[in-house]
Amino acid sequence: MEALTKDLLVFVETNEDGTAKNVGIELLTPGREIATKQGGELAAVVIGYNCQAAVDTVNAYGADKIYVVDSEEYAHYTTDAYKKALIAVIEKYGPTSMMLGATNNGRDLAPRVSCYLKTGLTADCTGVDLDEATGKVAWTRPTFGGNLMATILCPDTYPQMGTVRPGVFKKSEPVAPHAEIIKEDIHVAAEEIRTSLLEVIKEEGGETVDLEGADVIVAGGRGVGGPEGFETIKLLADAMGGVVGCSRAAVDAGWISHAHQVGQTGKTVGPKIYVACGISGAIQHVAGMSGSDCIIAINKDADAPIFDVADYGVVGNLFDVIPALVKEMQ
Amino acid sequence: MNILVCVKQVPDTNEIKIDPVKNTLIRAGVPSIVNPFDGYALEAAARIKDKDPDTKIIVMSMGPEQAKAALKECVAIAADKAYLVSGRKFGGSDTLATSYIIANAAKMIEEKEGIKFDLLFFGKQAIDGDTAQVGPEVGEHLGLPQVTYVLEASVEDGKLIARKEVEGGIEVISCATPCVATFTKPSFDPRFPTIKRKLAANKAVIPVISDEELVLDETMIGLKGSPTRVKSTNVAQKKSGGVKIAAETAEESAAALYAALTEAKVL
Amino acid sequence: MNFHFNEEEQEILGMLEDFCKAEVGPKAAEVDENERFPEETWHALAEMGMAGIYFPEEYNGAGMSYLTYIGACEKLAEYCATSSVMLSAHESLCCWPIFKYGTEEQKQKYLAPLCAGEKLGAFGLTEPGAGTDAAMQKTVAEDKGDHWLINGSKIFITNAAFADVFVIFAMTDKSLGNKGISAFIIEKGTPGFSVGAHEKKMGIRGSSTCELIFEDVKLPKENLLGEIGKGFKVAMTTLDGGRIGIAAQALGIAQAAINEAVKYTKERIQFGKSIWKFQNTQFQLADMQAKVDAARLLIYRAAQAKEDGEPHSHLAAMAKLVASETASDVTRRCVQLAGGYGYSREYPFERMMRDAKITEIYEGTSEVQRMVIAGWMGATK
Repeated sequence: MEALTKDLLVFVETNEDGTAKNVGIELLTPGREIATKQGGELAAVVIGYNCQAAVDTVNAYGADKIYVVDSEEYAHYTTDAYKKALIAVIEKYGPTSMMLGATNNGRDLAPRVSCYLKTGLTADCTGVDLDEATGKVAWTRPTFGGNLMATILCPDTYPQMGTVRPGVFKKSEPVAPHAEIIKEDIHVAAEEIRTSLLEVIKEEGGETVDLEGADVIVAGGRGVGGPEGFETIKLLADAMGGVVGCSRAAVDAGWISHAHQVGQTGKTVGPKIYVACGISGAIQHVAGMSGSDCIIAINKDADAPIFDVADYGVVGNLFDVIPALVKEMQ
Repeated sequence: MNILVCVKQVPDTNEIKIDPVKNTLIRAGVPSIVNPFDGYALEAAARIKDKDPDTKIIVMSMGPEQAKAALKECVAIAADKAYLVSGRKFGGSDTLATSYIIANAAKMIEEKEGIKFDLLFFGKQAIDGDTAQVGPEVGEHLGLPQVTYVLEASVEDGKLIARKEVEGGIEVISCATPCVATFTKPSFDPRFPTIKRKLAANKAVIPVISDEELVLDETMIGLKGSPTRVKSTNVAQKKSGGVKIAAETAEESAAALYAALTEAKVL
Repeated sequence: MNFHFNEEEQEILGMLEDFCKAEVGPKAAEVDENERFPEETWHALAEMGMAGIYFPEEYNGAGMSYLTYIGACEKLAEYCATSSVMLSAHESLCCWPIFKYGTEEQKQKYLAPLCAGEKLGAFGLTEPGAGTDAAMQKTVAEDKGDHWLINGSKIFITNAAFADVFVIFAMTDKSLGNKGISAFIIEKGTPGFSVGAHEKKMGIRGSSTCELIFEDVKLPKENLLGEIGKGFKVAMTTLDGGRIGIAAQALGIAQAAINEAVKYTKERIQFGKSIWKFQNTQFQLADMQAKVDAARLLIYRAAQAKEDGEPHSHLAAMAKLVASETASDVTRRCVQLAGGYGYSREYPFERMMRDAKITEIYEGTSEVQRMVIAGWMGATK
């Protein structure tokens, strides 16, 4: 399709309580920059049910226009309903470029939309900028297990689309709300939604692992030595108000569930503090956590590659260092 | 149930090393493997077949002639038949063009086999490209519903029942068939081939669907059909090392770390 | 001479290697540490069709060559010696004598489920007073007309606590010495037959090694394996084959130790360079690799001879003698190369050293191998 405006559109995913997911707000930061560079406005689309809270947040973080699709059928994410709504908004307003958070839902939805529109989509970006030579968005993303960074353009089709990794960009400072709020009356009949949610199972013990949303992650790897070793990891996580993560080695050994895994085959995270304990720092793991603001490594092998990416490294046995550190913090 | 499992042969990214002098990827000698996520998709299909032996599992890969090795591996593990989709005209395709080719190849396989696929299974992403786009895009081309990030799948009353990984837990989703499902890493390990299947797979004939047989709109395939362009690639830059603490005792190290963190206002 | 793996065999061993890398190797240290029999590895190997690699398909075997089986024992041992001996005790010591000496009924009843991996096999020859001198059997089988009555005990029996089918030996006529020994097949759960305590061992600690106890066990007449009084021959010919499997186990352990040592010495920096760069390291490892390859050729020669139905007692003995002593030597030297880390349980070297030692002892000590080799020399030279 043709672009009707020079706007950049950010898809803001909502939680079930009607608030905005963090990543959508984060994307307003690079969104503003690109929108300005491409000579348009920063637009956001909020889809959900009873999602005024999300709309208010998006407004507070400086969107110029907010398209709101608020109806019962969007209470829970479904590919079919969200796709229909999002395509309708895009076709109506014709943004030049568009960003979605690279969450599970974002990466479920974006390819359906881009494919329908026959436009280009770049997945899981860790950088976005405007390419000076072409005036197009330059989407930068890790590939080959994080070994290579590729920069992708979408030169001829619109909107230029990308999903952007949570935690890469920081929320800007709130501004005086000024957005034009445009309600879109888009409905999806029940029979058009071909999936149904039968059951929600929280992680075992009622515990949920929200690695993507966590400010602090304390992760353990092979050096933890066994399931009981994760008690020590949890000790530090609790002391720091964080959640427990782990490397693939710990999952493969059966010490902890995959829900905790950070890295290429696990979650990609970007907390304020990431503490890697007994994790050697394989590139597949680093690919999932290098976006963290501050990386602390505790490892007894002074040559472990994790120290190459750590802001603070302690060479020592995690079972000695962690209790001592927790004591310090108290 | 007829299940199509789409697989990709990928370099084992665990084995990729960086040339420290030229700062480029060393690809020589890196083994080619079946994309692990595709392996989970195949295992999911195999588990459906365990319950219903009438299930037919067909694997398909788009790629060069060498990708037959990956297909043979899938036949050794669980697939009944394999097709390779291969042609010069297909080269240079991005995910949109690739998914268009795969969607059409799937239709051609249906014709050749005289069946309709109930389920189209994919790995959630390939470990070389990591886009996670081809599965959903094939679903879009074919107008099928989808479930992504599936851990386990079964079939009940002609519907796909999928345990889907979401933030903080699992959703159990029922999806009308035919549909697309993309698979992530389950808690169980995929099965290994048996000696008998392995030997049989070696002898398996893998039909090739070429770009001459599968005639498609040339503006939709290859570079012409690809809306994205790679502008540049660089070896990922390592962050320079930070503060390293290695005091005599753990207590001293912990104290030094705590001091450094408070000073930097991290804590 | 032709003892290399053909393409099919390489494929099968490659498949086993993939399995070992994913499932066997990562658990080896834990299996050792906890003295845990890796039952899941057995079931997985069975699923893959590895429970009867070289037996005919009519008995659920995979119909592969004996050399492939030996390659499998070697490959498993590279990742976990415990898993290797689990398979070789099953195939060499339980499946083979039933295949070779069993009646068709016995093959259908026992060999078929063994090769399908539905049942695990074991072999009971050694007794407290009958080790190297295996003819000193105290276990007795009395002919009671319609059944055998068995009394006695066995020690150091591999797979014991997890096995379903046992090939055992007992005296049917004490006056005849080793010509009075007969072989029997006995199943787990037979009244009066029990498995004793787990042996605490130096190495292959995950392997289930226990005592077998027979107290007035009534065994049906048809459970006699082979001819009456020919048990000693059954045992000795079985061990001829078993020794090749144990030699392959030694080979796998030794090769793994070398591989780990090369990796370790390349990474370990002392005096400002990797210790691999010191000629002492390189020469030691070169010597080790040459010896290991020499052992490998002896093993493959013995395996090929067995495959071809040629006399192979002495070849198996030479292979096991050289391979097991090489494995002990190589693993000990690899511990030394890795220094303190070599001695630490964090690295696999000390486990490999402990695992290697048993290969000089079981299925005939090195001394027995020398006796066999000398016996062959005396008779033929």
